[in-house]
Amino acid sequence: MQRWLTPCVLISLLLALCVYMPILKPAFQWIQSDGQALVYERSSLLALLKNHMLLVLASALIGTVVAVSAGIFVTRPSGRDFLPLVSQIASIGQTVPPVAVMALAVPAVGFGEAPILVALILYGLLPILRNTLTGLENIDESVREAAKGMGMSASQVLIQIELPLAFRVIIAGIRTSVTINIATAAIGSTVGARTLGDPVIAGLVNGNTAYVVQGALLIGLLALTTDSLFEALEPGPR
Amino acid sequence: MIELRNVTRHFGKTIAVDNINLTIRSGEVCALVGSSGCGKSTTLRMINRLLPLSSGEILVDNKDIQYMDARALRLNMGYVIQGTGLFPHWSVARNIAMVPRLLNWDKAAISQRVDELLNLLGLEPNIYANKYPHQLSGGEAQRVGVARALAADPKILLMDEPFGALDAITREALQMEVLRIQKQVRKTIVFVTHDIDEALRLATRVAVMDQGRIIQYDTPVNILRYPASEFVEQLIGWQDRGLRLLALQPVHKLMVSHQTPRPTTPGVIAVQESDSLRTALSLMIWHNQPQLAVINATGEESGILTHSQILKVSI
Repeated sequence: MQRWLTPCVLISLLLALCVYMPILKPAFQWIQSDGQALVYERSSLLALLKNHMLLVLASALIGTVVAVSAGIFVTRPSGRDFLPLVSQIASIGQTVPPVAVMALAVPAVGFGEAPILVALILYGLLPILRNTLTGLENIDESVREAAKGMGMSASQVLIQIELPLAFRVIIAGIRTSVTINIATAAIGSTVGARTLGDPVIAGLVNGNTAYVVQGALLIGLLALTTDSLFEALEPGPR
Repeated sequence: MIELRNVTRHFGKTIAVDNINLTIRSGEVCALVGSSGCGKSTTLRMINRLLPLSSGEILVDNKDIQYMDARALRLNMGYVIQGTGLFPHWSVARNIAMVPRLLNWDKAAISQRVDELLNLLGLEPNIYANKYPHQLSGGEAQRVGVARALAADPKILLMDEPFGALDAITREALQMEVLRIQKQVRKTIVFVTHDIDEALRLATRVAVMDQGRIIQYDTPVNILRYPASEFVEQLIGWQDRGLRLLALQPVHKLMVSHQTPRPTTPGVIAVQESDSLRTALSLMIWHNQPQLAVINATGEESGILTHSQILKVSI
């Protein structure tokens, strides 16, 4: 039960901040004292949080399915030829900034949620792909040999042996991917997606530091909450 | 019965196994022995079709394995490998239950079989069934590996350097264990080793391999007495041949029996009937005794063994 304490506290804090942000007005007064509005009220923070989470969730689901299937495919005998190519993409792809992906996506899919979703999926599947490859490649060859040699079919070896053994590493990849994407999703506000980046962008445009701080606070808190959830969900050591 | 007929295996241009013929009768223990790269592992892995043949045929109980379903073939052959290959995310019991589960045995039968095998291998089920592989010592892990291979009671057992990674003491204990189990279960065993002593100790027939060919295929005693080539002579070792020959023969073969067993005289140096002549010779040397009393299974003195008899063993 202890393990759920941190995520519970963080979730309550996150929700409370979304709803009761105005309580912190005196603090923001101190940051921003030029008479501008102090608390972001153009839309409900709760709605922005929901939309932000949906974007990350959708990209994580699609990214996981694509990355894990790709990782499995290139470690099978039939896909072996693609392994060097795919693992190169997985490491080089990480160096392309998500802003660039988004800028390229806008002409193709227009403004709104779509371009940031494309960027999040592409960007988020790389850590998952890399970890899937690591997890599957690092399985002791004798384990695979024994499984096959004693009569398991290829799919039984994959489902009963390889995936369970690579599970932890794959989950760690998903964790990294989701955490990065929570931060990255905020950039979506520059192309018209509704995310927790909205207050940040609005604050930057209007020179309102209080808005920037509010947005940043919520994004940071969301990232921490999600990470602590992964921590709590992680299977304990045997 | 396993028959290899003109079996050849290439890897690219190199020939790993070169046109070998080998017949292993049911209930025999066949050792494939040779230095690394001689093709012994390749040969073993062709028997359960982990590797395809380049040419030739392998028959198991007179059926060509090429026309059998590879999975069905493997489910009916136990397989033990050097690194144990235990599944680290499964308990010992679940590891042993692997093949019975693949064969859809019912639950009660599986758990009964697992306990039976743990007992057979000298592992207390209450202590070991729920352990995970990383909690086992090397010797225990390999015992579990052997138990797993025996789980569905296959007729054939293939072992690829099964004890290669173990220390000398554990290895010897496990070799004895395998001999004991083999007496009970009578499998057809094919095992690969680079350790000639292991081959001589466990096998009923030894196939000496070099450069993909079988140089000699004979009983351990004949391998020692009549090595077919210089390579075999080197393998069995010029200097140790005599001792190795002694190690293969039990005391009761050479002893002079008393007409009726008599109670032992206290203080007399004695050997068991089932001990090897090598042990007997060692005792003679150590105690400076030209003859030893021989004790039978019930603890009575059943005969004597003299050093001159031992010296005649190779004739």
